[in-house]
Amino acid sequence: MIGDFAPADLAIQGGQMTLVLGLSPLLTGLVRKVKARLQRRRGPPLLQPYRDLRRLLSKDAVLAENASWLFRAAPYLIFAVTWVAAALVPTFATGLLFSWSGDLIAITALLGSARFIQALAAMDIGTSFGGLGASREVMIASLAEPAMLMIAFTVALIVGSTQLSTIAAMLSTGDSGLRVSLALALVALVIVSVAENARIPVDNPATHLELTMVHEAMVLEYSARHLAMIEWAAYLKLLLYISLIGCMFFPFGIVDGPASPERYLGAVGLYIAKLASAGVLLAVFETSIAKMRVFRVPNFLGAALMLGLLGVLLLFVSQGM
Amino acid sequence: MILVVLSAILGLLGLALTGAVFAHNAAGRIAVYGGSLLVCTALLAAGIAALGAEPSRLVLPVGLPWIGAHVRLDSLSGCFLAVIGLGGAGASLYGIGQGRHEHDPQRVLPFYPAFLAGMAMVVIADDAFSFLFAWELMSFASWALVMAHHRAKGTAWAGFVYIVMATFSGLALLLCFGLLAGPAGGYSFDAMRAAPPAAGTEALVFALALLGAGAKAGLVPVHVWLPLAHPAAPSHVSALMSGVMTKVALYGFLRIVFELCGPPVWWFGLVVLVLGGITAVLGVLHALMEKDLKRLLAYSTVENIGIVFLGFGLALAFRANGFAVGAALALTAALFHAVNHAAFKSLLFLGAGAVLTATGERDMDRLGGLIHRMPRTAFLMLVGCIAISALPPLNGFVSEWLTFQAILLRAELPQWGLKLAIPAVGALLALAAALAAACFVRAFGIAFLGRPRSRQAADASEVDGWSFAAMAGFATLCLLGGVLPGVVIDALAPVSQALVGAHMPAQLSVPWLTTVPVEASRSSYNGLLLFGFIALSSLIAVTATHRFASRALRRGPAWDCGFPDASPATQYTATSFSQPLRRVFGTLVLRARETVEMPPPGSVAPARIHRSISDPIWDFLYAPVGRAVAFTAGLLNYLQFLTIRRYLGFVFAALVLLLASLAIWQ
Repeated sequence: MIGDFAPADLAIQGGQMTLVLGLSPLLTGLVRKVKARLQRRRGPPLLQPYRDLRRLLSKDAVLAENASWLFRAAPYLIFAVTWVAAALVPTFATGLLFSWSGDLIAITALLGSARFIQALAAMDIGTSFGGLGASREVMIASLAEPAMLMIAFTVALIVGSTQLSTIAAMLSTGDSGLRVSLALALVALVIVSVAENARIPVDNPATHLELTMVHEAMVLEYSARHLAMIEWAAYLKLLLYISLIGCMFFPFGIVDGPASPERYLGAVGLYIAKLASAGVLLAVFETSIAKMRVFRVPNFLGAALMLGLLGVLLLFVSQGM
Repeated sequence: MILVVLSAILGLLGLALTGAVFAHNAAGRIAVYGGSLLVCTALLAAGIAALGAEPSRLVLPVGLPWIGAHVRLDSLSGCFLAVIGLGGAGASLYGIGQGRHEHDPQRVLPFYPAFLAGMAMVVIADDAFSFLFAWELMSFASWALVMAHHRAKGTAWAGFVYIVMATFSGLALLLCFGLLAGPAGGYSFDAMRAAPPAAGTEALVFALALLGAGAKAGLVPVHVWLPLAHPAAPSHVSALMSGVMTKVALYGFLRIVFELCGPPVWWFGLVVLVLGGITAVLGVLHALMEKDLKRLLAYSTVENIGIVFLGFGLALAFRANGFAVGAALALTAALFHAVNHAAFKSLLFLGAGAVLTATGERDMDRLGGLIHRMPRTAFLMLVGCIAISALPPLNGFVSEWLTFQAILLRAELPQWGLKLAIPAVGALLALAAALAAACFVRAFGIAFLGRPRSRQAADASEVDGWSFAAMAGFATLCLLGGVLPGVVIDALAPVSQALVGAHMPAQLSVPWLTTVPVEASRSSYNGLLLFGFIALSSLIAVTATHRFASRALRRGPAWDCGFPDASPATQYTATSFSQPLRRVFGTLVLRARETVEMPPPGSVAPARIHRSISDPIWDFLYAPVGRAVAFTAGLLNYLQFLTIRRYLGFVFAALVLLLASLAIWQ
């Protein structure tokens, strides 16, 4: 498996990297559109995120006077790290060329690296909003990350592997049966995804009230191409989490091993359908719930952590019985 | 090989004399640090050469007459000797540069080489007497170094707590070796290996070793001296104490519990596992609350020691159940983390020392904006912070990833205690890793980013070339350990073979230098490729935006929602940054309290906020002991002012008592 190399694999890996990059703004556009419709607004067109990116990319960047090199380098690093992490998650096919270079724990940690850089960049200018955003972000992350690892533990203990390709392949065969732990992990993962992507009820991606911001407060000082990179990374992250839920809990239709081009096309279509339904569900969820106070968030995420831990404990205890 | 090490130790002792004689001139300083650098390089080379080689041994005609001094260099000693050489070389290189800012060189130079010599002697000692002698030399020399700035606030207290705890540690190990030697008095390690303790004493030996070595390493609950003493020493000594001396303590634990103590009982693993997990979380929580940069690093050492002990605990549990593959993975992960910690903690302490020299400040709330004044140091510190936060692609991540893999092996362990403890400890480790990232975002962000919070920070200047070279060396190791972990894992194979009878599969032969702990379908990680991918994708992003989009750049005042702050005092500080985490985690564990004092209406007095945190271990364990000692001393104080008649009376009574007991015995 490791070190196998075929030109077709390279094409599929490249195809996946381009696919996630290209699709991610559309997914965010869809969520915004559905939310707007649910609020009886017409909402921006589906393709608005692409236009936003183009507009941002064509503008002159304005940097604060005391911005350091870290502030300028951070957007590209955040984008690159998130993109690499997104490319490691199986979307329409497992066993991609380089899927063995990082497992679920490594993907979690890569997102942690992106967040680390993002929080530092927020503190670089020395404004109170930057510090506020970074401080709250690390508070949320300090609970979301362990919860994510507990989810990884649960799945890894059932499948006997932390490799996402193996997990998707194993779970799609349905051999593992219906497990209580998996259900707990799914709920936990949904909570973590909501928190990690700065969605309601943890954070509001469309907020204009500074004191309620977390993610938006961190990127307040960014403009033009730097902001475009960060926005795109955020789109990618949303897509990554949905792909993750898809490949671990709804792995049907994922191509496992070499197949005909038609099957690949079918799998891509199914993947896009999964993304779309997840996007609609997210919009409905966000519309039907109110944002929490910052200090309620730990309870929300603590629930995810406890669910994950419960799932793992169940598995450890039930072994050999 | 052992002769090289012995002559290196002799060289270090000679340097200690040189330091005592020529402390006050620059040539003496350069001779001591330069000499230490050379000797440490030799120790590093000897340690690496000893990995996997046949043990070389020697009996020296010194020490106790009927024992002599046994020395032995095997794989385990070699591994830790390499860590000593590595940390010592970096600290010495830094000392050449930063040593010139030392006010009292005569308090540092004689003890510095002696400290290194003591640590090197511990790892090659092969009998209890030499081990304890070296152990105490290490303790005493480091205590003298802690007391180097004895007039600074808090140093005297730090030195006192340290010497008490060091004595405790020595005493525990003394009793431990006494039990191991048995009534026949077989004090050489060979005799102990030949006759492992009986089933009853085994537990006592384990407990004493855990307390003795744990007290030196900083294991909760015997960690209290560490955050006091490590920061009080000069910075390159802090680096040595945190980066290297704690590793020597780990060596002591491994030597006694894995080798001399015979086959482990399963609950050894449980105890170490749970203590390790608690240490990791408690250490990082304290680090998060700390605003003194060096104390923060010291608390983070406690955390990392916890992670290493957690790995040891897993290895013990697996070994007790005859699961050698798992024990090898857990032990290798723990040793790898120990080596990694030596690299990044040395780097961070040296960086903190550079900041201290440049600004005279350790309080993060008076720093800020140093990335502009000290760009090179800031970059290296950033590398260290990413590495210690266990983030890919640097080295800290690989060792924690391996520890996670060991937890996920899902061994069929029959004991319920272990079944419940392993996943719970996994959660603690995950929590500690996430909190460590938060802690180092805060440390780097407050000290190096933003706007300067004091004049000193605004006027800071960059470090000299020597110190920079030392830090750059450690930073390079952090990167290399992250992208080429196979080299370290393969080098540790003989150590794990010797201690648990198995080793991880060879890593360097896997295609693309991938790390595969057990088998490829189970889990694999490739730091090199990830690093390459990240570099490539950022390059694509930079090139594409600059080629196809706008590349214009303007500088302007900060936006800050239209209300830019005039004063740097409006920035978040270290204390305010950790406020959410203090509320979430601190209220329960550290009993953090915040009270707001509002002036009555109409008063012009300012409102005040008071916050308090306390260490539960100190309050519930040490404070009562301290009170008991004070109370007993108060009672015994009565004996100090008696008349000569009464003293003679006591002597007489004691004599009668002794004679009477003798008579009864016979």
